[in-house]
Amino acid sequence: MLKFIKRNFDMRILFKTNYKQDINLAKHSGQSFWYALLILIMFSAPLILDGYYIGEATRVLIYAMAGLGLMVITGFTGQASLGHAAFLAIGAYTNAWFLAQGFSSFVALPMAALLSMIGGLLVAIPAARMSGIYLAIATLAFAIIVEDLAGHLNSITGGNRGMMVDVPTLFGYQIWETWELYLFVLCILVVATLAVLNILRSPLGRAMIAVRDSEVSSQALGVNLIKTKVFAFTLSAAITGLAGAFLAHYMLFLTPQIFGILLSIQLLLMIVLGGLGTVHGVFFGAVLIGVLETGISIAKDSLPSSIGGLPGIEPLVFGLILISVIAFEPTGIYGRWVKIRSYMEFFPIYRRKSFKRQRSYLKTERLR
Amino acid sequence: MNLLEIEKLSISFGGVKAVDDVSFAVEEGSVYAIIGPNGAGKSTIFNLLSRFYEPLSGQLNFAGNDLLNLKAKDIARLGIARTFQNLELFEHTSVLQNLLVGRHVHNNQSWWRQLLFTGSVLEAELKHRRKVEEVIDFLELAHYRNHMISGLPYGVRKKVELARALCIEPKLLLLDEPASGLNPEETEDMGFWIEDIRRDLNMTVVMIEHDMSLVKEVSNRVLAIVDGKVVAEGSHTSVQKHPDVISAYLGDVQ
Amino acid sequence: MNEFLQLLIVGVSQGCIYGLMALGFVMIYKATEMVNFAQGDMMMLGSFVAWTLIMDFGIPFWLGVPCTLIIMALFGALVDILIVRRVIGQPQFAIVILTLGLGIIFRAAAGMIWGQVPLTIDSPISGFSSFYGIVIGNERLAIIAVTTLLIVILWVYFRYSKWGIAMKAASQNQLAAYYSGIPVRVIISAVWAVAAAISALAGILLAPITLIEPMNGLLGIKAFAAAVIGGFGSMPGAILGGLIVGIIEPFAAAYIPGVKGSMIYIVMLIVLALRPQGLFAQIHKKKL
Repeated sequence: MLKFIKRNFDMRILFKTNYKQDINLAKHSGQSFWYALLILIMFSAPLILDGYYIGEATRVLIYAMAGLGLMVITGFTGQASLGHAAFLAIGAYTNAWFLAQGFSSFVALPMAALLSMIGGLLVAIPAARMSGIYLAIATLAFAIIVEDLAGHLNSITGGNRGMMVDVPTLFGYQIWETWELYLFVLCILVVATLAVLNILRSPLGRAMIAVRDSEVSSQALGVNLIKTKVFAFTLSAAITGLAGAFLAHYMLFLTPQIFGILLSIQLLLMIVLGGLGTVHGVFFGAVLIGVLETGISIAKDSLPSSIGGLPGIEPLVFGLILISVIAFEPTGIYGRWVKIRSYMEFFPIYRRKSFKRQRSYLKTERLR
Repeated sequence: MNLLEIEKLSISFGGVKAVDDVSFAVEEGSVYAIIGPNGAGKSTIFNLLSRFYEPLSGQLNFAGNDLLNLKAKDIARLGIARTFQNLELFEHTSVLQNLLVGRHVHNNQSWWRQLLFTGSVLEAELKHRRKVEEVIDFLELAHYRNHMISGLPYGVRKKVELARALCIEPKLLLLDEPASGLNPEETEDMGFWIEDIRRDLNMTVVMIEHDMSLVKEVSNRVLAIVDGKVVAEGSHTSVQKHPDVISAYLGDVQ
Repeated sequence: MNEFLQLLIVGVSQGCIYGLMALGFVMIYKATEMVNFAQGDMMMLGSFVAWTLIMDFGIPFWLGVPCTLIIMALFGALVDILIVRRVIGQPQFAIVILTLGLGIIFRAAAGMIWGQVPLTIDSPISGFSSFYGIVIGNERLAIIAVTTLLIVILWVYFRYSKWGIAMKAASQNQLAAYYSGIPVRVIISAVWAVAAAISALAGILLAPITLIEPMNGLLGIKAFAAAVIGGFGSMPGAILGGLIVGIIEPFAAAYIPGVKGSMIYIVMLIVLALRPQGLFAQIHKKKL
């Protein structure tokens, strides 16, 4: 047993012999093996689990896709977006509308992504000139406006009375089964994740991170701030829009209230909890939030009705988790996992201080 | 042949003339030092060159290009690189990633190719990596290649800032106080590197510096600026002996 | 003309509320560069606390109000001491998320403690006044009067009182303030206390007009829009931003129904597109 632990967590000295090893997505054969195994398990899940769990898994996958989009703009490019539910809404309603007109998902899904991208452009172009808090509030305002519009455009969205969503259709085949939807979402999610991973090891991805960490020196290095931010916003909106389209299929009935501020904050919670600025964080966060939601409903049922019946338990728990993460582990679950892994790799010479946060005075962004 | 020509450059901040009618020219392949007391306007000149500020008046000419027609993001592509006095590194990523951003101006892969990570993108990445490794070798940063910036000591950060600028493969290198905060040994190393940069990499260097021994060691010409105005210009010895420079900056005891 | 004046006064009174909340918001931002997304929820808590004191415990109105302000001031200071202090030095994004989380907790807790049924406070300021042919509820006039009084008090406070000047100093240069012997951490808690009290006052003023319920906390978002329009570094800007937002609302509702809810956000986005720092900004670019 100890040998197994030792073999897998021992400080692995990786001997690199060419630059390709750094550029490749899987850093060594062990990693490729484990990721391949993971993907295999994910794809064969419908054979093992039954309908209810597959449904839950689909929900987690959709969250992950939405979170991936948000991570691109907030985690990697540093542009806080408090209104990403807006893109979920645009994607969801667009998909539902095109399906209702008789188009297949082959048309409806790309249109959902496209309209979300246009929404992303609309936000990005003014937002690229703003920083920090103004941007955050502008995105919040955008989300409020979109939610309002969804309620008002009765002819398209069914307004506050809601809108039914047809099942996805691909080349004439209608996707009714839970496991079919699951596989559909999984495929798109894998493609989206690969796209993001590719961008991150390319010049555009590095430019995004540069914009996040220092706009000033990015410019001095030739990075076009506006183009980079617009690209990031558009990509982010497209991915989240697709997630919204699938969310429509998952929920089967759309109302504007679904896409309120709480959903945007939930997305934010997901990526912060998971680990800001990492792709791993997206999935950790999605799994955790998915599990949390299920856990809360189960807990609500089993608690006495005086406590369980109280409204607002879910937001309360979310709020508490949000605060705890920021206060105690801002690097999120993935950050904590990295520390644990380092602990085991460097055992027994692990130094806690290697991850110590620097206490500092307020670092001002202002010039008097 | 003058690579950089500044003529009658002026800028005010809230009524105070930070740079007042400054003119000088930098010969190609030379090391040009700008000295002066703090707040004299030296970094402001750099910020004007980087096009972060808009001058009140004056001309900025680089290799025949009028810099006033350009925006900040276009300066690097022209071949001008700079370091910052307060170090503007990308804190939450590795040294290697910082340096690779320095290669941005040499990127010509379209965005959709990057999303798909095609063969041409891979080839370009390998090429950039090789170039960056040359700079890492040159500045002896190999040990820190994969470290996050946020944990690094100050001396190493300064080297990374310099390395990142070198990755642009610029014609003109603007160094803002390259030796500030460095101990005498590190300062001496910096001197050798600036010399190597000039000689082996064929770059022209303009540096703002307070360390007079470093200035004496590497620079061909010196410009002294006090209160935004040019006070003396010439070889190191002539500027050092200039009475105004002595009274405003260097002090009487030699 | 009468209708115009009517809408205007309604708008101004509403704008005072937004302005007060935006003021608290901007005060905290100026002192600590932190954005307090829970400002609106503090207002909401203030009105609930006032309800508990006045309606539940039966304390007379003119005693209950100052008690509420003191309680909320202490609450604000506690939030700073216990929670916000832990995140000093973290990037601004972390603070945004922290205060968002706080806001959610306040709203959820209020729903649990006081329930979702809207409540009301019996205020001695009731009835209507009429002049120039228009009829205005006295509460609205009270809002305008109290806000004006408060602005004068705050202006004197920041100009002449020791603590006020200390707050300004801490907000301009923390390190220098430390060196001058100003207890910066205490001052910052005091700023949070004052901001919370101002928001609570806004909540009390608002109570007679809008019923008290947890969702009122979301009015804070309109206050953010106000602060953004006015520009983040400026307290007069906050008030003016609030007035602008407050005035736009009733006019938009009357003349362009349908976009009423989004109108102020559209205006805010337009202001940001034209002047990204807001109308009265005092924030400049970073020193290179």
